[in-house]
Amino acid sequence: MTVEQREQVPMLDTQTEGYVTADGRQIGGVVMELKNITLRFGGVVAIKDISFDIRHGEIRAIIGPNGAGKSSMLNVISGFYNPQEGELIYKGYKRPQMRPYKVSRMGIARTFQNIALFEGMSVLDNIMTGRMHHMKAGFLSQAFWWGAAAREEAENREAVEKIIDFLEIQAIRKTPVSRLPYGLKKRVELARALAAEPQILLLDEPMAGMNVEEKEDMSRFILDVNDEFGTTTVLIEHDMGVVMDLSDRVVVMDYGKKIGDGTPEEVMNNQDVIDAYLGVSHD
Amino acid sequence: MSDTVLFAFEAAINGLTVGIMYSLVALGFVLIFKASGIFNFAQGVMALFAALTLVGLQEGAIPFAHLINATFGTSIHHFGFNIPTLIAIPLTIAVMVGFAWLVERIVLKHLVNQEPIILFMATIGLAYFLEGLGDIMWGAEVKRLDVGLPQGGNIWFEENTQWLGFGNENFYGFYIDTLNLYALVIAAILVTALVIFSQYTKQGRALRAVADDHQAALSVGISLRFIWVLTWSIAGIVALVAGIMWGSKSGVQFSLSLIALKALPVLILGGFTSIPGAIVGGLLIGVGEKLFDFFMQPIIGGATENWFAYMLALAFLLFRPQGLFGEKIIERV
Repeated sequence: MTVEQREQVPMLDTQTEGYVTADGRQIGGVVMELKNITLRFGGVVAIKDISFDIRHGEIRAIIGPNGAGKSSMLNVISGFYNPQEGELIYKGYKRPQMRPYKVSRMGIARTFQNIALFEGMSVLDNIMTGRMHHMKAGFLSQAFWWGAAAREEAENREAVEKIIDFLEIQAIRKTPVSRLPYGLKKRVELARALAAEPQILLLDEPMAGMNVEEKEDMSRFILDVNDEFGTTTVLIEHDMGVVMDLSDRVVVMDYGKKIGDGTPEEVMNNQDVIDAYLGVSHD
Repeated sequence: MSDTVLFAFEAAINGLTVGIMYSLVALGFVLIFKASGIFNFAQGVMALFAALTLVGLQEGAIPFAHLINATFGTSIHHFGFNIPTLIAIPLTIAVMVGFAWLVERIVLKHLVNQEPIILFMATIGLAYFLEGLGDIMWGAEVKRLDVGLPQGGNIWFEENTQWLGFGNENFYGFYIDTLNLYALVIAAILVTALVIFSQYTKQGRALRAVADDHQAALSVGISLRFIWVLTWSIAGIVALVAGIMWGSKSGVQFSLSLIALKALPVLILGGFTSIPGAIVGGLLIGVGEKLFDFFMQPIIGGATENWFAYMLALAFLLFRPQGLFGEKIIERV
């Protein structure tokens, strides 16, 4: 998506003004607001009364120690889990309980902690699936390969090629995903999510299990994606260093609760956050 | 050439044509297995049901006539008109799509994320239900199915293969049933269409995606339920094709659902997840059982066709459990 196209997307929130980041990027209004979200699994409370917002064009990180409920939070945003309490305001409207595939069609793309790619398919086909809901040609037209369907396929293919160029995976376009090394798989998964031209891009531990070099590459791609396409990105990460370098604002979670929210500097100086990471006892 | 060689050839050719019938049934199994990991025990009955529905529509038979007569003491059987084949086939397809939709609504929807064995049991239930439904709806008698496919020995094939005798006076060319030739062509068209559909269309890609990873498919906006209805519809259409071929050959009868069991060894040979595997597996079993019968009959007697396929499957399970084209499962430890 070009910058012009992206600006046509109606921003429903006009009251809240954005802010300017340290490196001079203009961040827009609120795209998504989570209000008092509580998620339980039976008796276990995974998320306890958490509220925060995500603004247009920013890189928002959710961090916290193991089992803090970060992934659950991401799953709430992407519709894989439905919270028992609280509401989720997306582009100005309260989002009702919704199946994950519908959430995805509303412009929320994600990657998974343990890569979920279509192993049997080529890299190109994998990325093409990301464009599924940009293909509108009817079922029969698709089945019989009539004009509209063929043209659409070509257009979408072009968009996919751009992303492939952007993420520097030209060389493996036709390779079956199952043959790729871990780092590249992560990149292909990012490409598939990007292909959907999402309003919000959710990355679940994009750097988990990577070596230093791969981490640096991934960080660069996340920043470049944000620069180039202005994609609003929400990421979960373990590695504090990486998060602090990448993100504009950070939510810190611990034991299902929010213990900090703000710019990297702010949260780093937050006593609760320091305690959580250094392991102060919780009684 | 000697008589024996020529006879063996003829047996092999007939094996090919019988094999393609097995392939048609196996194809339906593979489609559903690939997309949802369900072994659909009802595939054979679906072929039977589709054929029954087609005959019923063609003849203008009143569905549930026996039930209605028994309940109300009436004596109705037919509407009194015949529906031409070209209209009856699309109508039957519509019935099979409707059936797919109902299966998703009533059965699959409630069994999401269950163990494969539970889904398998559900399809066994489905098979018996559908067999009973077919019985009540259209009656249990053997029906003649005629969709206009020519039958009987193919003269052209016989005349044009006569030279293969190389001077053998007893040889008049190979005998082959024209219907089987048609089955061969139709199967080829069907497989080509399926491959093109799954490789080059959006829905085909979605289908492969769902087959690969449910979670990931959801995350790119694919509706699992739509894909399941789609897969079962396609399997229903394949079942109709199989039903038509078998029905034209030997009449539409309830033993048709037993033929589905022959698809099992076909799947073990070809691999449960491979469309070409289903075709090649079917052909191998068809040819294998005819040739085995031809050579072994003098030694161990007839009726080897009943068990040869299963024996072959057993051998495959021992030495190549993933089949010829199936995916090898490598467990990482």
